[in-house]
Amino acid sequence: MEDTGTVIAFWLLAAMTLGSAIGVAAVRNLIHAVGMLIMTFAGLAGLYITLSADFIAVVQVLIYIGAIAILIIFAIVLTPQAGRHNQEGFMRFPALGLGGLIAATMIYAALDTDWATSDRPGFEGTATVIGDALLDRYALPFEIASVLLLAAVIGAIVLVRPEGMEEDE
Amino acid sequence: MVLLKGEWYDFRDLTNPVRELLDGLGLPGDVDYVIWSILGAVGILLWLILSVLAFIWIERRVVALMQNRIGPNRVGPAGLLQPVADAIKLLLKEAITPRATDKLIFWLGPILIFIPTIVVFAVIPFGESMALADLNVGVLFLIAAAGINTPAVFMAGWASNNKYALLGAMRTIAMLISYEIVQVLALLGAVIFVGSMRLQDVVGWQDEFNTWLLFVQPLGFVAYIIAGAVEINRSPMDISEAESELAAGYHTEYSGIKFGFFYQAEYLAGFAVAAAATTIFLGGWTLWGLEEWIPGWIIFLGKLYVTFFVYIWSRGTLPRLRIDQLMNFAWKFMLPLMIVNVLVVGTEVLIWDETEASRNVALPAIAAINAALAVFLIVGWARFLGHGTGTQAGRRATLTDEVGRIYYGAEASS
Repeated sequence: MEDTGTVIAFWLLAAMTLGSAIGVAAVRNLIHAVGMLIMTFAGLAGLYITLSADFIAVVQVLIYIGAIAILIIFAIVLTPQAGRHNQEGFMRFPALGLGGLIAATMIYAALDTDWATSDRPGFEGTATVIGDALLDRYALPFEIASVLLLAAVIGAIVLVRPEGMEEDE
Repeated sequence: MVLLKGEWYDFRDLTNPVRELLDGLGLPGDVDYVIWSILGAVGILLWLILSVLAFIWIERRVVALMQNRIGPNRVGPAGLLQPVADAIKLLLKEAITPRATDKLIFWLGPILIFIPTIVVFAVIPFGESMALADLNVGVLFLIAAAGINTPAVFMAGWASNNKYALLGAMRTIAMLISYEIVQVLALLGAVIFVGSMRLQDVVGWQDEFNTWLLFVQPLGFVAYIIAGAVEINRSPMDISEAESELAAGYHTEYSGIKFGFFYQAEYLAGFAVAAAATTIFLGGWTLWGLEEWIPGWIIFLGKLYVTFFVYIWSRGTLPRLRIDQLMNFAWKFMLPLMIVNVLVVGTEVLIWDETEASRNVALPAIAAINAALAVFLIVGWARFLGHGTGTQAGRRATLTDEVGRIYYGAEASS
């Protein structure tokens, strides 16, 4: 992190990520909130790049901006009334309290940790390392995740299947 | 030509003059890097703008020829200045913002749509050392950049507060998400062969083995070209802005230069997809040793323009698909085929590695197997789904059937 460019990039990206994260909760319009959320994701991807985790950064853009944000947009657009306002609910103060608690825990943990810095240079390429780890050491969690996703896919198909399809065919 | 190597007048590599210039100035490394990047970006942008202007004219003339029309021929010799006139017209026209729009997002839409299309060119290798940022996750970067397109299009369609715009945006999202999977799997086949996601390595692999990935991955190439046509919204896949159904889809409410942005972004995305297809499947800047004599970037641009021309050609020839046909094609046809393809490619590479067969045996064998497999899978799967057998009777759409049942009673329908 001695590199001036990296430091500037870090602070810009941190400001962008945190600012838009606050915006997600603060703005009234839900679609604007999704836009802010996309900015947050993009900022996080940038932070990953400054950590020389290029694979994670690109996957962050691909999955979070390209898929999860779209999923949220779909949910908002397909829900009547939800697209209009980010209304004040009765959960407002409990949520604020819980959020504050989480933030306090994280700040405490960050301050308490002894941040060791390593002198080794950044990784050349992380994709192969991650691939090896996923299919070798962490093969079981990887497979469990894929079974879970398969179950989700089958569940989605069963849910949207029109009734009485067998008689038609 | 070897004598020219590395000199500033060696036009085979346009980075040479820049390097000479920067070395002569003797700036510190950081400043050097910044200038280098800016020059590269400006160069790419200039090339893109000129290409877009040229291809607007080419496309209009060529499609006109195909459709037995004349096309623009009044402004300048043979209508050559038509794109310039169009650009000036777009700049001078009033950019109307309807009252009921979401102003901020309406304004952001045309800008956001530009980012993914331009950013792709940063990782494309134009020549041996002519890649602005040769990421080692280059292939994934291409897909991720295309993924940013989706929210941008949705923002534009939603902010317009127009039902046709919103319909177009929703269609685009459905389309892009479905074909993104096909695209990823198509590129995965190529990446398994190369064993690297760095685009320079992909080109290098094709150079080393004296082949194109097109020959060892015919199915992947076809899938990528089709998915690319969907991604860049070109006919026959342009249902998100189908003029006959949706006015102009997600950019219905845009006018003036804002519309111009969408129009340009469409061309730029076309070039981006063509550039990716060229790099990954068509050997990039190599041409079986000819790159020693002809500058690599000229070869690259030649291949790129030919690939892009295929899109123009298909636009002039093929009718537009319906939304349900397009989605069925993605999920029921392309997706199973691509999964089988990835499986077969993985097996082939494993066998190649295990047997350590010489490349002169392995590559032709793999090419023959994959070509046969492509034909077999496409024909076989289409037959299995009931296409092309002549027995597929036209079935009434479900909604029509339901309405008819209610209106005429159960006997009248079916």
